[in-house]
Amino acid sequence: MSTPEKHVLEIKDLHVTVETDQGTKEILRGVTLTINSGETHAIMGPNGSGKSTLAYSIAGHPKYTVTSGSVTLDGEDVLSMSVDERARAGLFLAMQYPVEVPGVTVSNFLRTAKTAVDGEAPKLRTWVKDVKQAMGDLRMDAAFADRGVNEGFSGGEKKRHEILQMELLKPKMAILDETDSGLDVDALRVVSEGVNRAKEATDAGVLLITHYTRILRYIKPDFVHVFVDGKIAEQGGPELAERLEAEGYDRFATPATTSPTA
Amino acid sequence: MSLLTPQRPSAGAHTDSAAAFVPDQSRAERTTSYAVADFPVPTGREEEWRFTPVDRLHSLIGAGAETIGGSEIAWESELPAGVTLTEITTERARELGAPAPADRAAVVAVAGAGGAMHLDIPAEAELSEPVRITVRGGGAQPAFGHLVVTAGRFSKATVVVQHTGTAQFSEVLSTIVGDGANLTVVPVQEWTDDSLHLGQHDVVVGRDATVRHIAVTLGGGIVRLNANATYAGPGGSFEGLGVYFADAGQHQEHRLFVDHEAPHCRSNVEYKGALQGETARTVWVGDVLIRAAAEGTDTYELNRNLILTDGARADSVPNLEIETGEIEGAGHASATGRFDDQQLFYLQARGIDEDTARRLVVRGFFASVVGRIGVPEIEEHLMAAIDRELEGQPVEPLEVTA
Repeated sequence: MSTPEKHVLEIKDLHVTVETDQGTKEILRGVTLTINSGETHAIMGPNGSGKSTLAYSIAGHPKYTVTSGSVTLDGEDVLSMSVDERARAGLFLAMQYPVEVPGVTVSNFLRTAKTAVDGEAPKLRTWVKDVKQAMGDLRMDAAFADRGVNEGFSGGEKKRHEILQMELLKPKMAILDETDSGLDVDALRVVSEGVNRAKEATDAGVLLITHYTRILRYIKPDFVHVFVDGKIAEQGGPELAERLEAEGYDRFATPATTSPTA
Repeated sequence: MSLLTPQRPSAGAHTDSAAAFVPDQSRAERTTSYAVADFPVPTGREEEWRFTPVDRLHSLIGAGAETIGGSEIAWESELPAGVTLTEITTERARELGAPAPADRAAVVAVAGAGGAMHLDIPAEAELSEPVRITVRGGGAQPAFGHLVVTAGRFSKATVVVQHTGTAQFSEVLSTIVGDGANLTVVPVQEWTDDSLHLGQHDVVVGRDATVRHIAVTLGGGIVRLNANATYAGPGGSFEGLGVYFADAGQHQEHRLFVDHEAPHCRSNVEYKGALQGETARTVWVGDVLIRAAAEGTDTYELNRNLILTDGARADSVPNLEIETGEIEGAGHASATGRFDDQQLFYLQARGIDEDTARRLVVRGFFASVVGRIGVPEIEEHLMAAIDRELEGQPVEPLEVTA
């Protein structure tokens, strides 16, 4: 077996704004982060700290405007690529709130996405087998393949479906945006095992965005970054997550985000 | 979702553009007649004409229109064994049970046609292949037609009526379905964009019969189809499905009236439409009347519109009138929405390019209706036609292999 190629996602001094009713608001205020193949980085932080904005900005959501900084994958400028080009370059975003696409079956969607990412249609026989295997591993009923994408899915089903895509599309870098939210313990374990399998199979880099430390019992991070007010406030190894679990985010609270009457 | 939208105007309840016109107290009170004089020429202020560009329809509904009908319409047919297509008189059409014209366009069409074509599917015939009728327009001259379809008791058949070419065509399609029969009628509108087409499509559902009327409207400058369902006995089931795609300059109007008079009957109406381009215009009106005697009725109607570009307009008006509380169920849903950019982002984030993503979303939107047509040839043709519409290319009419 050949050694998988090594890839690197580099985020440098990223500033991102969003338009609100009150005018332009800066959400990311200089984020710098490097993720190599095989590494798992956990980004933790309180609500509103900009964690999801980082995920969506890397994926290219039109709502967010990058005002300065750079994002490169193996030296290629990600920010100049369209959303679909980024995915074809090897980036994957597992969304916190996956969108319903009524009438488009999961099997049709998966095959279309796989064909787009690989640049050619998958070989039918192995593809059907791969899908079946991955669905089985994620404890998804075979009937899922005939349902509309995310149509009427429960919260847990949506998250399994996201990780199913990660397993099948084999990205170089996967960003998981609060994949653990809304999952019970059993579902969390199944989904986490899926992430670990996908990562092992392709030596992907993983950027795991989460509010809670719970998922880190199943997916072991190599690095933990604490995100506060649009920036990384502190970073360290897995021990930092344990400390956060014990102490919470309070000590990172800035005067601006602390209510004096709280 | 409101369940009840009675048409009875309570004093000062609301006013709209038709306020100057006194509406019928009930959908049941509209005139039906074979006498042209019973229907004044519409002004556009009448409830049933208020969405229609009547000023462009003079050749089909104006004074004396019935006397000028040309003959530029060619009827072609492909008939399975046992099925017959013959010419009959209007009197014979009435004897066969064809409902009377219910508006100016229909009364002019019947008078102008001066007779009818009669397609007969014999009792207990089970057809494995669809009956195909092609109505081909040869120019922008007014033409009138009346087609009577009779399906004998316990027969099972599908009839595809394909409208193609250039025409100014007004027609009545009377479908009379015998007890226990199962009939699917599929009118397909793929006229050129300078064509006009007005139609009254009546369906009489026999006792325990199952009838499906599936309107597929893709072409034509103005297409206005009124589909009316009535029940000749208890236990009948009517399904009205529709798919339409309006481009710039097209007016597509579908009106349904399901009249539940017999008890224990079912009706289900589902229309889906997409609009693309400046001035693309669609109208959907779904009237359901559950009369006092129609106990045990189960009815539902749904209309969804997908607006793909700015400048298009979709009107959607469901009306439910209920005269008995002893029913199984009655509901309606109507929604018109813009293309959802979140769906596009989701698909693109999986590597799918924008054009393919759009196609997937629109195909998905129509899938629930198209998948129920049950005639593979029509389903495939329709999906291909929708793809072409999205690419801004002209639709290639369904080729009937005779």
